[in-house]
Amino acid sequence: MSLGLYVHRDSPVHAVPAGAKMLGLLVAGTGLLLFPSLPVVSSALGATLGLYALARLRPREVVPVLRLSAFVLVPLFVLHALLSGWVPALEAVLRLAVLLLLATLVSLTTRASDMLDALERALRPLARFGLNPARLGLLLSLTLRFIPLLATWLREIQEAQRVRGLDRDPFAVLVPLLVKTLRTADTLADAIDARCFDPEDPS
Amino acid sequence: MIQLHAVSHHFGERPVLEGLELTLTERRIAVVGGNGSGKSTFARLLNGLLVPERGQVLVEGLDTRKDARAIRRKVGFVFQNPDNQIVLPTVEEDIAFGLKNLKLPLADISARVTAILRRYGLEDFRHHPAHLLSGGQKQLLALSSVLVMEPRYVVFDEPTTLLDLRNKRRLAQAIHDMPQTAIVVSHDLDLLRDFDRVLVFDEGRVILDDVPSVALDAYVRRMA
Amino acid sequence: MKTRDLVHVALFAAIVAVLGLMPPLVLPFIPVPITAQTLGVMLAGSMLGARKAGLSVLLFHVLVAAGLPLLAGGNGGLAVYPGPTGGFFVGFVPAAFVIGWLTERAWTRLSVPLAFAINVLGGIGVLYAVGIPWLAVSAKLPLAKAALGSLIFVPGDCVKAAIAASAAVTLKRAWPLIQAPRAGVPASPSSSSARAASAGPSSPPR
Repeated sequence: MSLGLYVHRDSPVHAVPAGAKMLGLLVAGTGLLLFPSLPVVSSALGATLGLYALARLRPREVVPVLRLSAFVLVPLFVLHALLSGWVPALEAVLRLAVLLLLATLVSLTTRASDMLDALERALRPLARFGLNPARLGLLLSLTLRFIPLLATWLREIQEAQRVRGLDRDPFAVLVPLLVKTLRTADTLADAIDARCFDPEDPS
Repeated sequence: MIQLHAVSHHFGERPVLEGLELTLTERRIAVVGGNGSGKSTFARLLNGLLVPERGQVLVEGLDTRKDARAIRRKVGFVFQNPDNQIVLPTVEEDIAFGLKNLKLPLADISARVTAILRRYGLEDFRHHPAHLLSGGQKQLLALSSVLVMEPRYVVFDEPTTLLDLRNKRRLAQAIHDMPQTAIVVSHDLDLLRDFDRVLVFDEGRVILDDVPSVALDAYVRRMA
Repeated sequence: MKTRDLVHVALFAAIVAVLGLMPPLVLPFIPVPITAQTLGVMLAGSMLGARKAGLSVLLFHVLVAAGLPLLAGGNGGLAVYPGPTGGFFVGFVPAAFVIGWLTERAWTRLSVPLAFAINVLGGIGVLYAVGIPWLAVSAKLPLAKAALGSLIFVPGDCVKAAIAASAAVTLKRAWPLIQAPRAGVPASPSSSSARAASAGPSSPPR
């Protein structure tokens, strides 16, 4: 199953472990928030573009992913320019652009499954809230299994309500969806238990 | 052998099962009855998904109240709607789910998954997302995921209700061919013709307990 | 957590994702289209309680962070977090938790107006308390401007709080998934007997 934004390539950037990349992103993000001056931000931009080149990603693969961010950057630049002048506007927009570029780079060069593994490890401390870390993997898989199914149900319910002219009424769509989901949850829990699942098992 | 001794169960005020006394030894056992007759509750008692309020359910001498985990290894369960029992995103992962819960070595799991996929003609779908399978394939996947755990008994709760005629026949054949004891709750009387024993439920009691030729005809007359 | 709880956590994460696929609702007198995603966050809180709702929304975020395009408008990947609206997404988690926490406390006397107030407090109050400072930092805007700009979303979010409140109260009777704190007897260690008991009169197998 191909999931997420990953673009396969043999590159040093791809080879860095997912956890390290995410940690690096966190550090870079914090650094840019603390030191947002124009020289820092522009050298960061240069470095980021260098990483894109190192990752051997083609513009064709990158541009569509970044298009959504551009929608934010342009009005923000205009707003800042009007409020406080060119330099602060450039600083603000470049900093955000670097952050978005870096985050996108991590997404483009890391398999969703590797990212999930790394996030799973990062969430280990959640055991305190009663979530057995080994269960997180099962939860993620269950969610992935049910997103397409729920999307199908949502479509079916909207179609059924369209006949009655209720498809724009969120309540008329939502309640049947929830009822169906909760019913499914009851049977699904039975089905999981019936297959010898032990929710208390630490492994 | 599965035994029920003086089993009663209620949901709120409403009795669903009343004083059941049964010994199940046959290889193919059918359970029929109208809606709300208690047959789904009965099915859930057999592997400890439900524990009876009163009385005992024994699977090979083990009490579902105390040994639910051991009993679930012996008694598999196939539900009506495969969408509600396929747990993991791909065919392979879903079949392996129960085996992982049994803590089998990975090599065994892989070998068993391969064997069961072959048996039910699902080899080509090994890495497929489960939601892209047809209704009949989904029900075969649900059955495979249970049979791969090699239970001795398999309980089916209306397994053919959502299937078309061709898939009904395929599932009937699969039930017919499997070596395990099957206890099948169904409205689909054709599926049950060659069974060894039929239990007819009505208002929480077994009102008829006989071979299909007798029990099914009496049931049809009763429902008419 | 019992199996049924785990299933609820996963299924509500899927609901939050799927509601993001719904086309945004355009209402008269409200300047911005309303996406249904925060509705899912409010519903998780109102129906699952603090712990399960928080986990559920966190689970959703793990999938988004991993790059799945599950945020409204097909957004996903790590870039959503440093972006100006990142705080409104991160705020999903405490919002769901707070809605759940308050709903648990109000459970025995939960009515639509009360549930609405809770959803406004968590789904708007808590969400904006995270989202607005984040927006200010990310876009380098003064806090007051960030807050002012966010105000256009309040009417839509109030509509969602009302929908979530009435849905949660409607479904409460058939699926009481929350137990009032300290009121119930602790669940017995054997999952099957506890389930058999808690299945209760409300959910006989069909």
